Amino acid sequence: METTKKEKAVFKKDDYKYGFHDPEKFIYKAEKGLNEEVVRNISLMKKEPAWMLEFRLRSLRLFFEKPMPNWGNQKALNGIKFDDIYYYLKPTSGQEKNWDDVPEDIKNTFNKLGIPEAEQKFLGGVTAQYESEVVYHSIREDLEKLGVIFTDMDTALREHSEIVRKYFSLIIPPEDNKFAALNSAVWSGGSFIYVPPETNVSIPLQAYFRINAQNMGQFERTLIIADKNSKVHYIEGCTAPTYSTDSLHSAVVELIAHEGATIRYSTIQNWSNNVYNLVTKRAVAEKNARVEWVDGNIGSKLTMKYPAVYLKGEGAHGEILSIAYAGKGQHQDAGAKIIHAAPNTTSNILSKSLAKDGGCASYRGLIKIEKNATNCRSNIQCDALMLDNKSSSDTIPYMHINEEQGVKIHHEATVSKVDEEMLFYLNSRGITEDDAKGMIINGFIEPFTRELPMEYAVELNRLIQLEMEGAVG
Amino acid sequence: MSETILKIENLSAQFITKGDTSNPISILKGVDLEIKKGATHAIMGPNGSGKSTLSSVLMGHPSYQITGGDIKLLNNETGKLESIINLKPDERARKGLFMSFQSPVAIPGLPVPLFLRNSIQAIRNGDITPKEFRKELKSTMEELQMKDEFTKRYLNEGFSGGEKKRMEILQLKLAKPRVAILDEIDSGLDIDALRMVSDGINSLVDHNRSFILITHYKRLLDYIKPDHVHILASGKIIRNGGSELVDILEKEGYDSFIKESQVA
Repeated sequence: METTKKEKAVFKKDDYKYGFHDPEKFIYKAEKGLNEEVVRNISLMKKEPAWMLEFRLRSLRLFFEKPMPNWGNQKALNGIKFDDIYYYLKPTSGQEKNWDDVPEDIKNTFNKLGIPEAEQKFLGGVTAQYESEVVYHSIREDLEKLGVIFTDMDTALREHSEIVRKYFSLIIPPEDNKFAALNSAVWSGGSFIYVPPETNVSIPLQAYFRINAQNMGQFERTLIIADKNSKVHYIEGCTAPTYSTDSLHSAVVELIAHEGATIRYSTIQNWSNNVYNLVTKRAVAEKNARVEWVDGNIGSKLTMKYPAVYLKGEGAHGEILSIAYAGKGQHQDAGAKIIHAAPNTTSNILSKSLAKDGGCASYRGLIKIEKNATNCRSNIQCDALMLDNKSSSDTIPYMHINEEQGVKIHHEATVSKVDEEMLFYLNSRGITEDDAKGMIINGFIEPFTRELPMEYAVELNRLIQLEMEGAVG
Repeated sequence: MSETILKIENLSAQFITKGDTSNPISILKGVDLEIKKGATHAIMGPNGSGKSTLSSVLMGHPSYQITGGDIKLLNNETGKLESIINLKPDERARKGLFMSFQSPVAIPGLPVPLFLRNSIQAIRNGDITPKEFRKELKSTMEELQMKDEFTKRYLNEGFSGGEKKRMEILQLKLAKPRVAILDEIDSGLDIDALRMVSDGINSLVDHNRSFILITHYKRLLDYIKPDHVHILASGKIIRNGGSELVDILEKEGYDSFIKESQVA
């Protein structure tokens, strides 16, 4: 039976382009709040094996037991009303391979977000998640023939249970933190990718996450395994409607790069300003493997996200490039973690943050050099650009160095304002103040955007430009 | 007789440290200057005379406050001189004013072609297709013997002094202004670069375009012959004349002019 519930839109007046929402339709919606029954029902709906139900229930207990992190933005964190959140909402009866079979509203939403268009142009596969479930999924035949698995996490659990069981929660156990425990208890959807040895997936795979309902919680779970000497680029995008009440997005993402493999994970997160975005992302890089997080954070009410790379094998490389934009009422507490656990490992962190209208953009990062991890090199560059006098930025670097031999760490942090001489120069060339500011800002984040596929770079610049409109008094 | 295109009348200006208006420093103290269409003027003066301030004030730099006088630019449509002191720098640029910078700032991450296309579209008040733009950019760069790799760089980032000056001339050629104010365009150039820059400027001289060359030294004026020479000292023009002033300066230095003006 399909239930339809109409709601009156509560739009805040702002520039957020993706703030629209569809009427809420669903096959099943869990009651508000979180308890054992909700978790059991999710597992039952998904017809999961017993081990997964046990894992969920253990995680739920951990979630209740674990205290809230005692660092970061305490006021915002303690303002989360866990009892007001819907933890599971199944929007459709199944997952489609053809956009024409996706229900009209949902298809239109993804059309507005440009997903089918991007898919045709330059993607090797797409999953589209709406609320708790993936509603559309496809992968190019040639990739499938190579043995590449790209599917949603629920399907993977059914169809590739051995490999899922082997790696699932291996690097982010529910014990890790309160929000990892929460995700582990109520996870639904997300992507699963397996790339066979010596296989190069030359075109990106993408997943898009859309929250539609009010007070919704989205808890996708992503696991990417790149086998020996393989290569894959995965792109994640997310948006949500603008509501006056809060939604919660709490994902867990685990990447495993086997010997010689390369994984690049690019995110353009563009949540509306009522979304708490509390995500745990971690990767393991084996010998000579390479993991790159390219992480763009625009929007949300509070983001706490520190993509991590555990450099486990000799010669492994970790790269974490991020930008964070914090506007009015927003706090981007983002950063990076690198653990050098083997000799000759290298890492590079580049963080660019922008703050405007009283927003706060913090960089919080950890570099750890384990004992015997000789000849490691790490380069950390954090740049913040303040667009007015009301906004703020923090740089909070932690370093734990347990090995000295041949270890080189370079850390540099800058905080600047939009330079008046730069503005005057551009103005003197006929460029208006707004456009000049946009150019300076786009230039500031260029070291990040140049790492994105062209279409995303253009979109990101456009988004930032949109946020800047009216920035000049 | 050609028309006046720019008229500076008894112009006074002071420098304001940002956020602190309590300590203004007076730099221009009543400058008068009239520029005709197609004329080339040289403004010379010792360090600290206010030469660079004059160019910044003409272009509308926000750190300078005009305390008296006016700057008037010919409105081509009405044929009248109209005050521009309330216009923003970008509006002045779109009205045909151009200023080259003594030390242009670098803007990290801003690709040269993106900047140039935006700039000329703004100045010409019309879209230019990427194809047309590339063609024009290529031929203009060839004229200045600029290598193609300039288009792959970020605006002035990592540019040598000479490269920066060449970039200014490139912009001048693309902007095709009615009045070009060139602030120490010759500073820091070796003899070959100076010739190149001067050739670039000379190629633009025509009866509808006026130049104000601000310079410290004679050597630029060996390449570009000014119609009028003005000597600026302590925020005032103390002497007007023709190119003969340049030779007197070369022999006697600024001091004799300054003394003379004090006596007067």
